[in-house]
Amino acid sequence: MIWDLHGHFSGVDGATVDERIARLMEYADRMGVERQVFFMGWPWSRDPTPEEFRKQNDQVLQAISHWHDRAFGFAYLNGRYPKESLAELERCVADGPMVGVKLWVSFKCSDRKIDPIIVRCGELKAAIYQHTWLKVQGNSPGESTPTDLAILARRHRSVPIICGHTGGDWTRGIRAVRAEKNVSIGIGGSEPTAGFVEMAVRELGADRVIYGSDIGGRSYASQLAKVQGADIPAADREQILGLNLKRMLTPILNAKGMKR
Amino acid sequence: MITDININLSQWPFRRLPLDETPELVEKLHRNGITQAWAGSFDGVLHRDVAGVNSRLANECGLHGEGILIPSGSVNPMLPDWQDDVRRCHEQHGMRSIRINPNYHGYKLNDPICDELFQQVVTHKLIVQLVLKMEDVRTHFPLMMVPTVDMTPLSDLIQRHPDVRLILMNNYNTLRGETLSKAAQAENVYFDISHAEQVGALEKITKSVPYEKLLFGSHAPFFYLEAALLKFKESELGETITRAIQFKNAERLLNEP
Ligand SMILES: [Zn+2]
Repeated sequence: MIWDLHGHFSGVDGATVDERIARLMEYADRMGVERQVFFMGWPWSRDPTPEEFRKQNDQVLQAISHWHDRAFGFAYLNGRYPKESLAELERCVADGPMVGVKLWVSFKCSDRKIDPIIVRCGELKAAIYQHTWLKVQGNSPGESTPTDLAILARRHRSVPIICGHTGGDWTRGIRAVRAEKNVSIGIGGSEPTAGFVEMAVRELGADRVIYGSDIGGRSYASQLAKVQGADIPAADREQILGLNLKRMLTPILNAKGMKR
Repeated sequence: MITDININLSQWPFRRLPLDETPELVEKLHRNGITQAWAGSFDGVLHRDVAGVNSRLANECGLHGEGILIPSGSVNPMLPDWQDDVRRCHEQHGMRSIRINPNYHGYKLNDPICDELFQQVVTHKLIVQLVLKMEDVRTHFPLMMVPTVDMTPLSDLIQRHPDVRLILMNNYNTLRGETLSKAAQAENVYFDISHAEQVGALEKITKSVPYEKLLFGSHAPFFYLEAALLKFKESELGETITRAIQFKNAERLLNEP
């Protein structure tokens, strides 16, 4: 069973989201990916205004509307606009079909201004995917590191949070979040460097490691390889490929009466 | 039957990799249907005793290669008497190809030394495996940030040396636009697929590069071998193109005079 934490509507042709999601699902079928999470539309906006993130979330809502049995949506929010982000969380998750949120690079997640969003996600049992990177050339100004995420996680110990990309440099990223037991790592969206998943399982335990691809900019092949190629027990592989995400989403899916 | 033209033996300088012992790597290759692998050495990236690196590489391929490893020696033209490394690769070790890492070794593709190297390569009938990068530049060791090889001078270099059989390794996203299309049209230039990305990566790449120019390369053990293998599950290429990329193109390249 493969559930994929991380997908976008890029890398395929198609004038509409409906066309694009249909194309993407063909690839998902080939790779045995049963469920695919999508967030953000296009064009990319690294620091979206409320109007922009609403529009992008509309694209996701439209795309998943025909794929209830296969696709999940996370709402794209921006910590720089807490009030509007909270309202969007109500619209997309509390009152809509989405089951999580995506926070990208506009606002460091260590900043307390983001707390109301995290608290509300906790109440809604919505998954939280926060992008992180550790670029040796330096992150962009609002771009969080795994250490920023650990600071956030310490303020919200009962809320599960996903450390997106594991910081890219996973040798440091894994260490940065190791002590925060409410943090899981997303392993998608980086090169398929060998040893990544082995170290993650050794240091965090398989139950804190979640497969995702970051399609269509990445391929399913390179990202699945991290798990399918790792020298880990078969039971750990199953957890990482799907069971962990399913466990995380089960409360909100149940609350919404959605198929698991 | 698969020929993997992009693997490395020995140890990556910055961390241990799961399969950096040759017998374990060879076992993994065997198990996954790799019937031939062109092996460079991680040591060739930073070591200065390149003659020693290449001797160990040739020995290791003979000792643990189980008949599937073909050594591809390193050449660093910034070292004194590098010409003798080229000669030894050919004459002493019977190698068919060499690996070059211009970014780690400190020269550009339009430096005269590169022309001299390419002339030597023709003399010794060697294939050149030009490695554009080893690792994502964003995750380099902070005191050793090595930019990806600048491909701007590539078109002119190819034009000056049309006879050099050249494989561009770890090339995805580094080659774009006119440089890519010119290289794709050049008779003796090939591309490995190790870094090809986006959903359906191979379906996409075969639109910009003729499939006769694509070679199966994994960049293992730095990358999980499965990353290259699974690309063929994700893309529907048909048998002719699959066989060409997986081994026929490499076979033809190796058997050219
Ligand atoms: Zn992404």
